[in-house]
Amino acid sequence: MARSSKSATKQRSSKSQQVKSAVRNSINGKLKDELLSYYRDMVLIRRFEEKAGQLYGMGLIGGFCHLYIGQEAVVVGMQAAIDSKSSVVTSYRDHGHMLACGMDPNGVMAELTGRVGGYSKGKGGSMHMFSREKNFFGGHGIVAAQVPIGTGLAFGHKYRDEEAVCLTYLGDGAINQGQVYESFNMAALWQLPCIYVIENNQYGMGTAVARAAAGRELADRGAAYGIPGEKVDGMDVLEVKNAGGRAVEHAISGKGPYILEMTTYRYRGHSMSDPAKYRTKDEVNKMRQERDPIDNVKEKLLLAGLEEKSLKDIDASIRKIVSEAVEFAQTSPEPDPQELYTDVLVNN
Amino acid sequence: MPVEILMPALSPTMTEGKLFKWLKEEGDSIEPGDAVAEIETDKATMEVEAVDSGILQKILVAEETEGVPVNTPIALLLLDGEEDGRQSNNQGDIAPLVVDRPTFDSFVSQSDEGSPPKGQERVDVNTQTVREALRDAMAEEMRADDSVFVMGEEVAEYEGAYKVTQGLLKEFGDKRVIDTPITEHGFAGLGVGAAFGNLKPIIEFMTFNFAMQAMDQIINSAAKTLYMSGGQMGCPIVFRGPNGAASRVAAQHSQDLTSWFAHCPGLKVVAPWSAGDAKGLLKAAIRDPNPVVFLENEVLYGQSFEVPVGSEIIVPIGKANIVSSGTDVTIVSFSIMVGKALEAASQLADDGIDAEVIDLRTIRPLDEETIIKSVAKTNRIVVVEEGWPTCGIGSEMAALMMEKSFDCLDAPLIRVCGEDVPMPYAANLETLALPQVADIVKAAKKVCYQG
Repeated sequence: MARSSKSATKQRSSKSQQVKSAVRNSINGKLKDELLSYYRDMVLIRRFEEKAGQLYGMGLIGGFCHLYIGQEAVVVGMQAAIDSKSSVVTSYRDHGHMLACGMDPNGVMAELTGRVGGYSKGKGGSMHMFSREKNFFGGHGIVAAQVPIGTGLAFGHKYRDEEAVCLTYLGDGAINQGQVYESFNMAALWQLPCIYVIENNQYGMGTAVARAAAGRELADRGAAYGIPGEKVDGMDVLEVKNAGGRAVEHAISGKGPYILEMTTYRYRGHSMSDPAKYRTKDEVNKMRQERDPIDNVKEKLLLAGLEEKSLKDIDASIRKIVSEAVEFAQTSPEPDPQELYTDVLVNN
Repeated sequence: MPVEILMPALSPTMTEGKLFKWLKEEGDSIEPGDAVAEIETDKATMEVEAVDSGILQKILVAEETEGVPVNTPIALLLLDGEEDGRQSNNQGDIAPLVVDRPTFDSFVSQSDEGSPPKGQERVDVNTQTVREALRDAMAEEMRADDSVFVMGEEVAEYEGAYKVTQGLLKEFGDKRVIDTPITEHGFAGLGVGAAFGNLKPIIEFMTFNFAMQAMDQIINSAAKTLYMSGGQMGCPIVFRGPNGAASRVAAQHSQDLTSWFAHCPGLKVVAPWSAGDAKGLLKAAIRDPNPVVFLENEVLYGQSFEVPVGSEIIVPIGKANIVSSGTDVTIVSFSIMVGKALEAASQLADDGIDAEVIDLRTIRPLDEETIIKSVAKTNRIVVVEEGWPTCGIGSEMAALMMEKSFDCLDAPLIRVCGEDVPMPYAANLETLALPQVADIVKAAKKVCYQG
């Protein structure tokens, strides 16, 4: 991440005054409603993930658990750019994507605790959840395996002449897997309506992007295949949504795939067991204080004249939803032992 | 003395071909590199080039002659400087070569337990190669269901590296018959995604050797996602292509990977021998809502069998077939080894041993009942497979016998497997590495305590 000098910070603060007044003037009623909805969705993800982290610490969630805290603007903005016909697929850092797709927090949390009320009846866990109803196709545990799968979902949209795209999310770690480029090649060759959203949160597990990825921007990784790429401020939900809109328009109009590199940041470790010694606490704190996607929207809403109480009401309603999810995830029973043997094959 | 131009082998598994067209006439002079004739092989139509210069003295095999065995003289070439001591005025009076059909056909007629049309009244049959039967299976299912498509390397314009998809592009167009780049991991995963999205992909691997590049998508994505999603995410996909030993292509291109796939829950694994089973099982695989690994065999593609006619005749996955019934010893096999097992049974009959030959047809789920019943009758079992012995299908059979047929056995089970080495290139070593009829006969006699 770029480090600012003191003078740069000063410049920025006077500039930010101008931005503030511009924002205040530009936020009309419609945009205010939109921002409120993003605020709500992002806060839901944040509170949900904080709670998941807490339950993990209590031993109620096992195995791997990859939290999405810090990256909320990416899925919320992208989801706002698509309609319900489109499909979504991602890797294992997937709780935020599921909530953004409108999946039930109870079902997601109960899957984390391995209960029968979970989306996969407790047989998938944190990394493997799906909802056909919401067109969410996982939740995949192998780094980059979701990229050909998303390309195949996009192939299906085109095969059936649907006006839909597949949002295929991948991380900055996955971008170096061979199958990503196999997918880029086929998607470009056959002009598949696939939007590859690279969530560049700066670290593939403990390895900083610059130590793993040669070349220039990750957004350019499709250049050899003629796939347009954009680098987007993934901490700004409006920027994300606008870029998403451009990508969707491109893909749906038959021009083929599109790459969006979202620069973002995860506040927590790679997974719950990550001590995060590869970065300083200062680095994390600086991001939280200066670039937080929720604070960003909150600030805009307050500038636009929204009363803080309205936001507090939203916060309270979210807390209630998350508490209910926690309650459900602890009271839903463990799967019946017979479930061990079901769902291996579709009976025919 | 004129030099003989021989029918060339133009692919590793070619045993015969069709002399499609002569490009030179008798009396023409020929330079090295000149194309003299077009040969239709089991895979493609190719030109035969001259290696010597001289005069084409005599054409021995007429155009349009089918089934010309490799190494048959097809023409005589008078080398430069040699005198033509023969008359060459009998052009146009060439008798087509009479060629014996491969001996496999005889086994099919022995199969009175006949595979697909069980329980049905008279069924018309066609003689077809395994290759044609597989193509027909795909074409029929594609006609019936427009969510079925075929994807793989060279499947469309080239019509299949082994000609299995011949004619499909013409009938169904490039939306449904799709040439991919050489990118197994990618297109296997793309197929899985398409299947999650409710299409029914048939993913052709040019050979299953290359499916190892795609193993993660086959096992981790296709096979497991149903379970991990609590039953939501079915993956109706067929991965198909030739598996097993080819001929003279060495270790990387010649191996039987059946047990790799059979090991994994969430997959169905099918490996047919006859053309009728190939067709009926491929149709069943395409209709199946689960991922099916469909293991064909390159050497079998050109072999002909009787195939029941009718687009609704399918062979159920999970049912073995007793291809030859007997009372003294059970020989369990699948894919190409069924043919060898039948040959062995025929030799054993001469020695008074009445062998029962079971074609597993499906490896997962295994038809345990048919095997157990047979062993209850014969009390002896030999398992024949091309694959390596360690953790192989024969090993699985040994476990099955221990667990479920222990009291029926009068002799320990014997596995007849491929040797536990990578496949060698040298012809003699390759033969030694693969199970032969004599090995099966020897094993069967041993479990019968004869010889």
